Order: sequence, then structure tokens, then C-alpha cells
Amino acid sequence: MTHDPTAHLTPADYDAIARELDDLREEIFAELGDDDAAYIHKVIRWQRYLEIGGRAMLMASSLPPAWLAGTATLSVAKILENMEIGHNVMHGQWDWMRDPKIHSTTWEWDNVSPAEQWKHSHNFVHHTYTNVLGKDNDVGYGILRVTPEQPWNPVYLAQPFYNALLAMFFEYGVALHDLDLEKIRRGEDDREVTRAKLRDIGRKVRRQWAKDYIAFPLLSGPQFLSTLSANFSANIVRNVWAHTIIFCGHFPGDIDVFEVGEEQLDGETRGEWYVRQILGSANISGGKLFHLMTGNLSHQIEHHLFPDMPSNRYAEIAPRVRALCEKYGLPYHTGSLRKQAGSTWKKIVRYALPGPSRTPAPPRAPLAKSKEPVAA
Amino acid sequence: MHALPSRSPVRRLAKAARWLTTPLLPEDYLGLVNPLWSTVEPRGRIEDVRREAPGVATLRIRPGVEWDGHRPGQWLKIGVDIDGVRHWRTFSLSSPPRPDGRLTITVKATPDGLVSRYLVHRARPGTIVRLETADGEFVLPSPVPDKILFLAAGSGITPIMAMLRGLDAAGTFPDTVVVYSSRTPGDVIFGDELRALARRHRALTLVERHTAVDGRLAVADLPGVCPDWAERETWACGPAELLDDAEAHWDAAGLAERLRTERFRVVLAGTGGEGGRVRFCSSGVEVDADGATPLLDAGEGAGALLPSGCRMGICYSCVGRLRSGQVRDLRTGEVHGEEGHMIQTCVSAAAGPVEIDL
Repeated sequence: MTHDPTAHLTPADYDAIARELDDLREEIFAELGDDDAAYIHKVIRWQRYLEIGGRAMLMASSLPPAWLAGTATLSVAKILENMEIGHNVMHGQWDWMRDPKIHSTTWEWDNVSPAEQWKHSHNFVHHTYTNVLGKDNDVGYGILRVTPEQPWNPVYLAQPFYNALLAMFFEYGVALHDLDLEKIRRGEDDREVTRAKLRDIGRKVRRQWAKDYIAFPLLSGPQFLSTLSANFSANIVRNVWAHTIIFCGHFPGDIDVFEVGEEQLDGETRGEWYVRQILGSANISGGKLFHLMTGNLSHQIEHHLFPDMPSNRYAEIAPRVRALCEKYGLPYHTGSLRKQAGSTWKKIVRYALPGPSRTPAPPRAPLAKSKEPVAA
Repeated sequence: MHALPSRSPVRRLAKAARWLTTPLLPEDYLGLVNPLWSTVEPRGRIEDVRREAPGVATLRIRPGVEWDGHRPGQWLKIGVDIDGVRHWRTFSLSSPPRPDGRLTITVKATPDGLVSRYLVHRARPGTIVRLETADGEFVLPSPVPDKILFLAAGSGITPIMAMLRGLDAAGTFPDTVVVYSSRTPGDVIFGDELRALARRHRALTLVERHTAVDGRLAVADLPGVCPDWAERETWACGPAELLDDAEAHWDAAGLAERLRTERFRVVLAGTGGEGGRVRFCSSGVEVDADGATPLLDAGEGAGALLPSGCRMGICYSCVGRLRSGQVRDLRTGEVHGEEGHMIQTCVSAAAGPVEIDL
């Protein structure tokens, strides 16, 4: 973070960026129709076929090929459900269809994190305060040091190990996320609210476990243990995959974190907010199937610019967003999964150790001043 | 409401199956096989679309397992997906309960009617629609009165047709007069069937009026075509002017309780009031609405998932509890509302800031 990638931008540039991106958004939203609805219906249908298929194969889970095929199929089903369907539906990407079955207010996902709490910590906190230190709990998830701006502490020595643990049990990390552990540690939380949230998490965990670790294993009779191990494995596969993709979204390479004061966030313009999303997000390159399996979070930049745009449209607007970044001299972080994941892990190992000694970058974003505050 | 008692083995099995399908419901998977098996979201499948007259079609719908049946003359709410977006409207059923369990609605495409135009011109057999329970008081009592007058104009014939077909199926026709106005002979909906019914049942008298030729039927002219109108229990359905005239006419004769009317469309006054910030408390959606936009439209435009139905202030599907503020009734222009009042969001606009529990 030696140079400021936005030093050359003028207030007029920020206004123009806001205008161009608003226009792009409007253009896409005006086009939404039957084809988009057919897309999400199709993904949901296939996800359910895969889930049924995987569970059915695991009724013969004592046979190794059935165990393997069933676990793989169920893993894919869980990944699709959490990422391309659940995450995006809960963002309200499909609310325009007014279908109460596919709506952000009604969707509950196949994950131990209750939808209601996840929507708060993710949709509001993370998407509004993206990569703002002390505001966005997704920066290191409250337990990792991922940037020199975070002061070192000997606990971080173990972070490569507990990041691996977090990857395997990511859904539990996500579930605890909205509790804001930092606040609880400082005793600043509302105990009543925390208890209510814990109760909800407990209820959700019970239901998920009852399904994956009791009901389906029982249904497979004498193969109880092999079905249980298959379901456990599918959950781990989904967790590791989700963790990998999500960590690639904001941590790799030279991505920015921001030290921004409350008053600056309040005065942030829409253009500045857009630019912060671009600087704070990274894409992963890949083919169509890969994008689908990441829930289109491989288009993290586009997703952060337009969190409620249906995910099937991100690939379409990506070249235009990239062109806009080139036009205004902004970085457009992207790379292969190998490169992005490698760089994320490199950071986690590097920042487990003390240093580099660097004073936090001076507050520099937001950079331009204007009257129109950004809408949350 | 449910077809199966709550303690039946099937219900218990369905409940147990939830442990396997959580966070979804068993029917979310069963729906892959047959979408009509939903109990949470009753559905129907359009089986046939038949042209009745220019711009008018009858849709035959096979309802799903949860359909509770209906009485002739009632309406139902139907939800269709147009360009990916769910729209709900109410239509009168044109069929009595049928032995094959199917039901029909007869729809006239109106120039600005998104849903009616879709149903008449674009809907194809196989399309899945959402249904809600039939409702409405525009029905024949039991026992059926000895003398009946049906007064209809245009597509107002549909609920009356359901009643006539019901009487026909029951085989006991009371002394019935049908006075039916259409623009031209070509616009008469169910013309052949009505005439055949009149030929078959001597107790049934059909008076057809073609307004393009004969001029509009003024209710004052009614004694000319049905001299004993005052002795008859009357059901009237058609445009607002006809019903307003009829109500005034029966009122003046001191016979208001003999007349039942069914209104299809309410003309919104649309007075441009002050508008205001509207907050939908359940979803947390907030939107600035002007004084002429129904709260329902404003909320939907802002992404709130709101209950809706007729969109004309009739069916009360869209009501929400007012938490604060006042609203303007777009039909009358009246500003009203106190905390706790149930507000019809489809015909109410914001009169200042409004909070509503939806």
C-alpha cells in the first residue's frame, strides 16, 4: 500500500463513475424477465435433483463407489444451494419476481447459520463497510491477521492452523459471525440479544444435524456410520470450498483495506462507495461451470458493486466494469483460483509473524467530497 | 382449509419427512414431480384456453390437491408469472363445481390489463398458476328463490354464468330472467350457450341487448323488459355505472335488500395528495411514495413482498395494520387512519409519512 490507486481521481471522476455504474445497473434491471426467472428456476430444480440423487446413492453408502459418488453429488448440491442459490436469494437478487418461495425474506439455507442473522452480518455489515478495518468483521473474520494494519499479537502465530480449521467448519464460523465475538469479549453486547441469537443458532444446528447425522443415516439402516461419514464429508467439502472462494474475494494480492472514520463513511458519496467496492474486491477467472459453482462470487467485484443484481448477469457486465476501471485508471483485481488462493494463504502465513512494521496508512478513502451520501 | 385432518397418518408422515428435507419442505421436492401437490402454495394447471368472443377467453384449470371447491358466483385470486414477475388478480369463476374437479374462469382482455391480456392472449395449456381459496358473497342462497333476475353487462356475465350452469346442472330451474347487455352480437359472451339454455328451460327468459344497435340499457327501462322486476331477487354484475344506477333504482323502490351487486373495477380518484415516506415494518423496506401511488405499488416497486389481490379495493387480501401516519383513499380522496386500523394498501396512498405492519 505504498501508492494510492485513487490519487489521480477528481471529484468529477467520482461523479462520472457513479453515473456510469448507476446507468449500467438500471439498464440490466430494466431487462430482467422470463429468461432470468427461467435461469434461477432451472438452478433450483437441478440442485434438488442433485440432492435427491446424492442422498439416494448414499442409501448404499457401504459400497465405496456409492459412498464416493453420493458424497460428491451431495457436496455439489450443498455448494449450489449455499452459493448460487441461498447467498444470492438472500441478497434479494430474485425479489423482483415476487415469488414468496424464492425471496430474501423467506429463504432459509442448508447451513447452520440462521438466514436472518447471516443477512444482517453479511448484507448489511460486510457489504456496506467492505474492508473497513474495525467495521467489516469479514476482514480476517475477527480472528485472522490479514493485513499489516492489524497490530500483531502472538496468538496470530497459530493462524495458519486455525484458518485451516475455520475452512473445514466454515459454516459454524459464519454462524458465530453475527454474534460479533469481539463485542462479547469486551462485554459490550446486549446479553438478551446474544442469548436469543444463540438460541436461534442452536435450533438451526439441531435441525441440520438431525437431518445429516441422524435421519438420513438411520434411513440407510445398517449403513448408518458410512452414511453419516458421507454427509459429514459433504459438509466439509462445501465448507472448504465456500471458505476458499470467499477468502479469495477480499484478501488476495494487493487488495486494499481501509481505515476510515465514522464521519468519513457518513459523508461518503456513491462514487466513493463504488470505488471502495472495486478496490476491496477480487475476481477469480474461470469457465462457466466454475462461476456457477462459486455462486458467481468469482465475479466478486461486480457482486460488490451490485449486490442485488441477479447473479446470472454478472458475467455479462464484467467486461464493461473492467473497461470502466481501465478508463478511470483503477485496478481490477482478478486471477486464477490457484493464484488468488495461493496469495491469500501466503498472506495468512506471512501475517502470522510480526511485522512488517508499518504505521497504518493514513485515512485516505473516501477521497472526494460531495453532498450526496451513499445509501446503505 | 386443509383437505386432510391434521392427525391423519399422511399428515404425520409428511411432518416426519420434514426432518429429511429441512430447511425445505417435502413438497418442494414433490413439486419436481407434480407442481400441483403443493399444500403450502395451492396451484393449478391451465389445461385449455378457449376463445369465447373477441378478446375474451375461458381458461380451464385443474386445481391442485388443496382446492376447497367453491360456490357458483364466487371469485378466486389467481397468481401468474409474467416476464418473470408474479402478479395476482381476482376473477369470477365461470363454472359451477364440476364432476371432473376442473374450474374455469372467463377473462376479457382490457387494454391496460397486464394480467387479463396475458391470460387471454399468451397463456398456454400446461402453464402453472397460483390459486387462492374462492371467496365472495355473490352467490345464490339455499333454498334458491322462486323468482330471480340476473342483470349483466359485458364480462359481468361470468359469475352469473356460473350460477346459471349450476342451476342447469341441478335440473330445477326457478323462474329466471337474464337481462344481458353487450356491445354487439359478436361481443356476446356465452351467447350460444345462453340461448340453448333458454330453449331447454321454459322457466328461463333471456333478454339480449346490443348497446351499439339498441343503445345503452337504462335501469329505468327495466320494467319494459322485465315487468315484475320488483318481485325478483336480483343479482347484478357489470360496469360501475350500471351497478350505481341499479342500486339507486332499487333503493328508490325501497327494495335495496333484494339487489346484490358484484363490482369488477373501481375507478380510482387518484387525487394528487402530499405523499410521504412509507415504511413496511416487516421487511424494513422504505420508499418515498407520491400521493397518487397506492402503497402496494410503491412497496412492490421498492422490493417489498406484499400480499395483494384484486388491486381495486375489493378483496382485502392486501390489508396491513397501520402503525403510524395517515393514508388517502384513492377512490374517495378521503384522508383517514389511526394506529391499528387495517388499511387496504391497493387503494390507499400515503398522506404524509406512513408505517405499516407488512
